[in-house]
Amino acid sequence: MNQYETVFILTPVLSDEQMKEAVNKFKGVLTKAGAEIINEENWGLKKLAYTIDKKNTGFYVLIEFKAEPQVLKTLEVAYRREEKVLRFLTVKMEKYAAEYAEKRRKNKSNKEEA
Amino acid sequence: MAQQSSEIRYLTAPAIDTKKKKYCRFKKSGIKYIDYKDPEFLKKFLNEQGKILPRRITGTSLKYQRRVAQAVKRARHLALLPFVTDLMK
Repeated sequence: MNQYETVFILTPVLSDEQMKEAVNKFKGVLTKAGAEIINEENWGLKKLAYTIDKKNTGFYVLIEFKAEPQVLKTLEVAYRREEKVLRFLTVKMEKYAAEYAEKRRKNKSNKEEA
Repeated sequence: MAQQSSEIRYLTAPAIDTKKKKYCRFKKSGIKYIDYKDPEFLKKFLNEQGKILPRRITGTSLKYQRRVAQAVKRARHLALLPFVTDLMK
């Protein structure tokens, strides 16, 4: 069970609940394939550094999860099939990356409390 | 009459030939993981056109320079950093 983090960009033309439905679709793909989702962040609409597919803004979503390696194939197939996704990147998190993400979540949560 | 020395004397020594010791900021500050998700930090390693600065300028060690380069390329893939731009920063 390795730890991965995946970031994907959705087209900005979607309405709000279409956005949520797309995010839940991918979370569903993960949980169905037996992954355990640790953390999920929506960075919301951000300006892209360069135009992708004639669009200048995108809806960024980050998901951190623990999974078997073959789960990634199903996830990437789902990404490629979905045309709402402009771009995606899944990265395996090694020891220091996991610690970093842990620290990031901690100070993010106490930032919300403060 | 003290022989007027031709060379002009400055108040503070001119720091032309003193070479500032370059150090790897990751080893010094103990950063272990370079996150590709925050472009602000990565911008310190890019020049105005968005190109990655060489080690001889930033002074980072080889191990961390590779990680910086990988993080920058991932950030570029996710459109967090531009591939090429003019007058970034």
